[in-house]
Amino acid sequence: MIRFALRRALGSLFIGLGSLTLLPACSSSSADQQTAQLPYIGEREVVPSPTGGPADTVYATIPTFHLTDQAGQPVTNATFKDKVYITDFFFATCPSICPKMQSELLRVYEKYKDNPRVVFLSHTIDPAHDSIPVLRDYAERLGVTDASRWHFATAPHDTVFALARAYMTGAQVDKEAPGGFTHTGAFALIDPNRHVRGIYDGLNKDEVDRLIKEIPVLLQEVSATSATATAKQP
Amino acid sequence: MRSWWLRGAAGLAVASVLAGCFSNRQNEGEKLYATHCASCHGEQGEGLRRLIPPLAGADYLRQQRAALPCLIRKGQQGPILVNGVTFNQVMPGHDDLTDSQITNILNFVQQQWGNQNQTYTIREVSELLDACHGSDGQ
Ligand code: HEC
Repeated sequence: MIRFALRRALGSLFIGLGSLTLLPACSSSSADQQTAQLPYIGEREVVPSPTGGPADTVYATIPTFHLTDQAGQPVTNATFKDKVYITDFFFATCPSICPKMQSELLRVYEKYKDNPRVVFLSHTIDPAHDSIPVLRDYAERLGVTDASRWHFATAPHDTVFALARAYMTGAQVDKEAPGGFTHTGAFALIDPNRHVRGIYDGLNKDEVDRLIKEIPVLLQEVSATSATATAKQP
Repeated sequence: MRSWWLRGAAGLAVASVLAGCFSNRQNEGEKLYATHCASCHGEQGEGLRRLIPPLAGADYLRQQRAALPCLIRKGQQGPILVNGVTFNQVMPGHDDLTDSQITNILNFVQQQWGNQNQTYTIREVSELLDACHGSDGQ
């Protein structure tokens, strides 16, 4: 079940990669100081320009959300303004893949915990059980004492599942699965413009190593665009 | 005559079961550990911070040796003290393992990562499992 869902998530990744290979053809003119860039992952729409110029590609964005973290503080899109964040879905009593996943994410966290531009966001997919005190205990047991660096967040069930879809880390209720939920164990890397820029299998050490390597690539891109943002409004 | 033949057959059966016991059982325990336990307790039995207790160097394995077969079979929840740290999460039970598989896993765990604890026979594990009605006689 997990495998299957994962394959689907990876499927969208390949679509994402496909779009990456198409991209250079469309944007070759602005490629002067182009360094390595992460792909945009997810659905995209090509919008004809009203002026008849080259069409714009519009990528799927993470919807507006309002969550509450282990400190009882609100977590919204604004929480991640000018930052990149890494997200996953878990639940505190998850009997299958979560411990492995969270220990891998912990590895990423250890690398970036002193960099305030990199934030972590874990969503519980079992809000009925994972109350704020449960989340706080879980975070502390993982060794995360500063909630603003790694949010363990809850929201009504529908919100969480809709977000899981947006982050392409599909999580769903499954009475047959151990613990009553399936989820893929994927991590998503999000840029400040609410775009998914990477999906990684959180159970695979090599994939998580790739995430560790790609975070600086995205940070670099963000710094570069904010430097030119004054000149050119996107 | 007939009983002699039966005894012979039974003897052979026991012999082949025993041969099985002493051949690659260590190996089976290791493989089963990797598929059934490592995702939580870690490949090196290291556990996960204060969330999942370690197995490597865990005093619990020695102190609660007789309770471990039922712990694997039925799972464990509620506060539990391992090496002076209180853990409080849920470990699911394992109905999918036979008595002999539980034996092999426990023997692996009791002897791995520097652990030097007493091992079990299958019969002992089956008897210990009777306490929680968890023996499947296999
Ligand atoms: C889903 C995660 C998970 C899996 C899979 C799992 N355990 Fe556990 N295990 C735990 C947790 C959590 C505890 C502590 C439970 C508590 O807090 O009461 C625990 C406790 C234990 C303990 C007692 C404490 C200690 O560390 O000595 C032993 C022994 C143990 N597990 C062995 C195993 C073995 C062997 C397997 C494989 C058959 C296994 N576990 C599979 C999560 C898991």
